[in-house]
Formats: sequence, structure tokens, C-alpha cells
Amino acid sequence: MGRRKPPHQATRSTMATTLEPQQQTAAVELIGITKSFPGVLANDRISLAVRRGEVHCLLGENGAGKSTLMSILSGMVRPDEGAIRIDGREVEISSPRRALELGIAMVYQHTTLVPTLTVLENLMLGTGDGVRLNARRSRERLAELAGALGVDIDPGATTGALSLGQQQQIEIIKALWRGSRVLILDEPTSMLTPQGVEELAKVLVRLKAQGLAVVFITHKLHETIAMGDRVSVLRGGRLVGAIEPEELRAAGSEELHERIVNLMFRGDADEAEEVAELQEQVEGRRTRRSLPADPQLELDRVSVAPQPGEIGLHDVSLEIRPGEIFGIAGVDGNGQRELAEVIAGQRPLAAGEILFGGLSIGRLKVAQREKLGLRYVTDDRLGEGTVSALSVGLNLVLKQIGHPPFWQRGRIRHGEIEATGRRLIDEYEIKAGGPGTRIGTLSGGNTQKVVLARELSFDPKLAVYNKPTYGLDIKTTQAVRERIRLQAEEGVTSVVISTDLEELLDLCDRIAVLSRGRLTGVVENGPAAAGQVAELMVGRIAA
Amino acid sequence: MTETTTAAAEIQSSPTAALAEPRARQLGVGADFLLRSVLPLVLAVGTGAIVLVAIGVDPIQYYKDIYSGGIQFGAWQDSVMRMAPLLLMAVGLIVVFRAGIWNLGMDGQFLFAGAIVSGTAPLLEHHLPNTLNLIVMFLLAGAVGAAWTIVPAVLKARYELNEIITTLMMTFIGINLAQVLVKGPFQDPTTTTPQTRTLDFRALLPSIPGTRIHVGIFVAAFAALLVWFLMSRTSFGLRLQVLGASVRAARHMGLDVPRLIIGSFLISGLFVGLAAAAEILGIWGYQRADYNPAFGLWVVPLVFLARLHPIGVVPYVFLLAAVSIGGDYAAQNANLTPRFTLLLVGLTLLYMALSEWLARRRELGGSYLPGVAARRRRAVARA
Repeated sequence: MGRRKPPHQATRSTMATTLEPQQQTAAVELIGITKSFPGVLANDRISLAVRRGEVHCLLGENGAGKSTLMSILSGMVRPDEGAIRIDGREVEISSPRRALELGIAMVYQHTTLVPTLTVLENLMLGTGDGVRLNARRSRERLAELAGALGVDIDPGATTGALSLGQQQQIEIIKALWRGSRVLILDEPTSMLTPQGVEELAKVLVRLKAQGLAVVFITHKLHETIAMGDRVSVLRGGRLVGAIEPEELRAAGSEELHERIVNLMFRGDADEAEEVAELQEQVEGRRTRRSLPADPQLELDRVSVAPQPGEIGLHDVSLEIRPGEIFGIAGVDGNGQRELAEVIAGQRPLAAGEILFGGLSIGRLKVAQREKLGLRYVTDDRLGEGTVSALSVGLNLVLKQIGHPPFWQRGRIRHGEIEATGRRLIDEYEIKAGGPGTRIGTLSGGNTQKVVLARELSFDPKLAVYNKPTYGLDIKTTQAVRERIRLQAEEGVTSVVISTDLEELLDLCDRIAVLSRGRLTGVVENGPAAAGQVAELMVGRIAA
Repeated sequence: MTETTTAAAEIQSSPTAALAEPRARQLGVGADFLLRSVLPLVLAVGTGAIVLVAIGVDPIQYYKDIYSGGIQFGAWQDSVMRMAPLLLMAVGLIVVFRAGIWNLGMDGQFLFAGAIVSGTAPLLEHHLPNTLNLIVMFLLAGAVGAAWTIVPAVLKARYELNEIITTLMMTFIGINLAQVLVKGPFQDPTTTTPQTRTLDFRALLPSIPGTRIHVGIFVAAFAALLVWFLMSRTSFGLRLQVLGASVRAARHMGLDVPRLIIGSFLISGLFVGLAAAAEILGIWGYQRADYNPAFGLWVVPLVFLARLHPIGVVPYVFLLAAVSIGGDYAAQNANLTPRFTLLLVGLTLLYMALSEWLARRRELGGSYLPGVAARRRRAVARA
């Protein structure tokens, strides 16, 4: 007591800590983080450490507090209580800028790129070495990082015109740009193909070897098991469990699976059971059904002119039978959106013909196709599928504007809209206060349920689903897939576009592969389908 | 901000959110109204006072003069008369702004329609009964105002050309063309002053019995009610709102986007034209070549303060009318240019930007931007 250590000694000891093996010092340490929002305790005394050379998986259902915790780490939200240590030193992360200075970079699930700028311009934004931008050096850096990630990106493409998947790849490159030491990935695989996920896994290994600490937020258990070194599970704002690296390596994947599900749904036996059941359903493959032979939807050498940064569609021919669930697989940005939009009528045909029940619809407008029973569940549920300022009830009838019973002689009938809203909220198990709730306040899963309810409840004949479960948690994902199956059983022809091969194998009768805007083959779903589709996806044309 | 939204989404999906929501919202709306719709006015008045002090004018006296010049001693009747064109114009702007379209060519539409009306009304005066002449003139003005939006409307609908640029360009053309008409074909041959023939005062809009106020205010009030009905009760109003929220959503919902764009442009032009008719036929009876009240400039901040609500804008319009009428008087007394009132309007705009930022920071929701505010209020009213 009383005598202070001489300053040089203190310095030496700090240096010693930083040089000690990785396991000893955490790159980032969160201690007792608490954050409440009006009415909700989002984070309740959460403590966890992210170490160098480790992929730290953060698991939890929607609303478990993952996003809030990561918002705190990336400087967007200030905690009410608790401390953050970086390399053993206590810091205050007062702004996103400060977080970047501290070497913490975050890749969001939703894009933060400036849509009107090119890829290169986006990457040069705020890289801030001097006033002048160095395009040549930036181009080299992009090539280097793109090479490391194994992705192919045109530096001159306008970002807004790229697919969501490509935009996310740019986000990852942007995060790595300034040599961050801690990388937070918010559901990075939700838009990638199986190959893309494998590539990401390889990249993660390389990043770990370079001493980066990675936080990996995900819903998918098998990814956690495959890629994670350490697992933390959040539930209701609390840290309810953690799995150490030794344990993770030692345990079998079945065992881990069970353990994580238990952690995520602990204390709720019914829920855990339900999830286990749902998981079983995922494993079970669809049985073949006999379908009528006359095609419901026919695409005859359909081409679509590409918009800037897009691939377009070239000579796509398809025949889909009534009641069939037809899958479209492929890496994001290979013409999926073009295909969905040309069927829905949101984009003009450049060449070819589309027949719906034998009727040529290639020149019909969106509303006319809608009247024939064609439905499109868009992948952009926030920007295109809903109007966030309007109520749930109105969003449910947005495709019926002006039509009875919701409008009579041009006048709105709130009573009808409310009654229908109430019925659909019930039927589709949408968690919303009521039909009058603003849809912008709903979670992603519930928003998607509203979109599905709207598309599927007014006598559909054919529905095109574009990435129907993207960004949803397990339970909602299962609910959505169940809904697609149910509709198919009722005779609704379905086209499911997805970058999640598992999903297509789970749902579809047949699966076609889109690659660079062309159809490279169609595969009957069955035990061998996974391998065949994967081969088609890398570009081999089926015999 | 992506992040706060994800955080918010998380909160919403948790079970306790249902309990917390209504309380948080009600608090939000009260604070919201003060912050966004009142605070900018208060700050503008405050800053105006500082400026007045700086140039050696007693601000208290100045604001008192505005009051006595705009409200007291029957001046309120002038203010109500000034309301007619302002309200008609505001209502027209609300239609396009709700559709997410920036028609900023209202001054050109106003002057051009005004020139046509003041040029033709005196000619028809002796051929038609007064009432019929007035009705024809209102229709003509509406048609001319609407016609003046066709070029920007079609350019936007068909070629997605930015309407801010095209409407501003059309304003320059409209203002100058109005001058050419007034100095040329419509020139009053009995005078050398560049102005049109003067309509006989008995042929002007009649006054409400017992006042000086002309009936243009009724036209304006009816227009406000009509637009309120259109926007909140009809399918057309909802279509416009969807378009205003997102063009992509509108396309996805199968709406005929080009038709909606042209339709909303025409309606706004129509009301701006009616505003010109109300002002020319109610007050002046003629138009001078250099006439340009620049009402459009005054009205833009108002419609946003009222959150694009056609009824909600009425008190703001009255306030502005009184300030503009009283401002002339006050400026005269203080030896300032009457344009000083514009400074207050400009300051209001500036502080609106500030309060928008403040409200966003406090995450009160809502916005001056189309669509958001009205729905929000309704949702709260229902809850």
C-alpha cells in the first residue's frame, strides 16, 4: 500500500499482456452491458469476450438482443450500464467513427452503400487518406480483397443496380478495407449460396489466421457448428449459455445441435418440442405427387434486357405444371429478380413469350396479371412489398385498391378493411396490435407474413416467391414454408426462387438453375438432386 | 441509422412491446406536434426579433404592428381575403407533395393563369352575365394552371425526368410569358402603364354581406374539404400515397404510375390556377406586367408545417395571411421593405429543417415527408 509502481514497470506489464497468447487477452470484452428501451430490457447484464483468431457465434431468436448488443459495440447505441474493454483497456465507444478507429467494423444485414455511386466510389468513400482519392490504389485493394473473398465484382458497376447478395459482398470488402481487427458479421450467409457459404468459411479461416476476431450473428445452427469456434446464446436480452472452443471441437454435431436448441428455447418445453418437430420437417423430403400434364405457366425463349449492373435473362424456356412447386436455384444476381419481375409484369419482355394457362400474358400490365390470379411475393419486402407508413390493414389490401368490397364507387370502406385485416392477422399468426398498427413497426418476420397474406388470400392461381425466407428466424421460416406447401396442396402453382439450396430441396418438385441469366438445367428433386444442382450452379450444363 | 431500425424491430417483436407501445406513442405525438409544427415558428419569431434589434428596430413594436395591421380594426378581413389564394395553392401543393412529386412551378402557373384571366375577363364582361363570367373565368384559370404542368408531368411520367428542374424552368417561362401577354395582346389601350384592361368592380367576386371579404374564401374552403376527402377517403388518394411512399412499391402493387403522376400534376395545377382566379377576380380586376406576389414561396413551408394535411393547413394559412398583411404595415412603420416578412418565412423553413433533425434524434417518428404523418395520427387516434 502507498507506494506506486514506477511508470516503466506498468508499461512493461501492459506490453507483456498484449504479447501473451491469444487465449489470454480478449480483443473485445463486454462487461455487464445493460440497455433498455421504452418498455423493453434489450440487454440485461451481458458479459462476453471476443478473442483474436476466433469466430465467435452469437445466436438467438429475433428479439433476443443480438442487434442491440452489436449496435453498442459498433458505437451506434450507448449502453445504460457496463464497460467495454479493447485489448484490456477500457474504452468508450461514443460513435461509429470511434468504433472504426478502435478497429471494429460491422457488416449489416441491410446495405449501407450509396446506391447511386459505383462500387469503387463506395469503397473510396471515407477511406480518408488525404483529400485526393487514389482510384488506382483503391482498384488494386479491391482486386486483392475480392480475390481473398473469391468473389467477382465489377468496380465500375452502379451499386444500387447490383443484387442484394453482391451488395453484401461489397460490404464485407468495405469492412476489411481499413484493416479492422474486429469484424462483426450480421447474418452474412443469409444471401449466399452453399458454395458462397463455403467460400465465406474459407475466408473466415484466413481472417482468423491473420489474428482477426470475428463476431458471427446467425440463425442457422449448422453454420454455427461448421464455422464457429465459440458460441454465445442470447435469449430475452440475457446471455443464457456459452460453448467453449474445446467443447465445440470435442462434441459431435448432433449433440451440439440439441444443446444449442435447448439453450435458445430453454424454459419453454413446448417451444423446444415444436422446434424439434420443425427441424424434423426440414429433414423430411417431399414425396412425389402426380400432377396434371398441361403447363400452367410456360416461358418460351424469354429474354429481358439487363439494367445497369444486371445480367438480364437470355432465352429462358420453362414449363411449370398446375400445383407444382418449381424451384429456381442459383447464386444471387444471376437473373433471379429479372425472372420474377418479368413473370409479374414489372419489367418488359425483350423477346419471347409468356403463357399463363395457355393465355399469352407477355404484354399485360401488373394489375391485369394480378386479376388473372398471378401473384408475386417480392424479395424486397420493405422497399417494394409494403408501405411502411400505412397500417397493416391497408397493406393487406394494397393490391385491391379501388375494388369492392374494400372500395365502393371509389370510396374507402374502413369496416371491410378492418374485418379482413383482423381475419388475416389471425389466420397468418401475424404479431401486430391490430389492423390499425403501422406496418413499419413490425419485425421482418411479421412483415413477411403480411406480404404472404396479401398475395395468397385473394384467390391466387400462381405465386412467384422471391427469396421468401430471407432474413427470417427458424420459426418464421418454417411457417412460411408451411404456407407455401399448403398453397401448393390447394392447387396454387408456385415458383420459389431461393439462394438457399436446402430450402429448395425441402420444398420443390423440380429445381432449375439460373446461371449468368441462362437456365443451365432442370433437376427432379430426389436424393441425387443436391449434387446435380450444385454442379449446375458452378456452370456445367446438364446433359 | 440501419442499426437503430434493426434494434427497434427487435424490440417490437418481443412480447412486452405490445404493452409499451401506446404509451410511448402518445407521448411522442404531443412532443412531435410541439417540436415540428410549433417550435420552428417560435424560433423564427425569436430570431427575427434579434435581427430587428440588430438593425435598430424595436421588435416588440414591430410584432405589435403586425398584429394591429393584420388582425385589428377590420384588418382581419384583408387577411381572410389573402387566405383564399394561399389556401387554394396550399391545397394544390398538398396533392402533389403527397404523391412524392415536387411541383415547384406554382408561381409560373399562378401568373400565367392570372394573365389569361385578367386578359379575357374584361373582354367577356359585356357579353356574359357576371356570375357566368366569373364561373367561366375560374374554370379557365384552373384549365390554364393545369395545362402549365403538362410538360413537366409528361416528361416525368414517360422519361423519369426530374420534375424539380422542369417545373422551375416552366416557372421562368410562365412568368415571362405572362409579362409578354400583359404588355402585348392584353395591354389596356387607354393607358401607357403595362397592365391589362380593368374589370369593372361590379363584375368582381361579390362580397360576403356585411364584410369586404369576397367569396373566394368559400371556393378555397370547399377545395380544402374536397382534397381532404380525396386524400383520405378515396382510392385515388391512397394510390397517390403509395406512389409518394415508393415508386417501386406503386409499380409492384400494379398502379398505373405514369397516369398517377400526370393526374396529380394536373390537379395541383388546377388549384394553383384557381388561386390566381380568386386573387385577380377578388382583389385586383387587372394584372400589371410586374405583378408577382410569389405566393408559392410562402406556401411551401406551411404545407409541411401542417404535415400535408389539407384541413390542418388552414390555421397556418391564416397566420401567414395575417403576418403578410400586417407585415406590410409594420414594415412601413419601421421604415423597412415589406419583403422583411419573407425573412420570417425563410427562417421558419430553416428551423423546420432543424426540428426535423431534432425529432429524428428523439425518434419521434413521423416526418414532414409525404404519407408518414397523417397515417400516424390516425393510428394513434384509433388506439
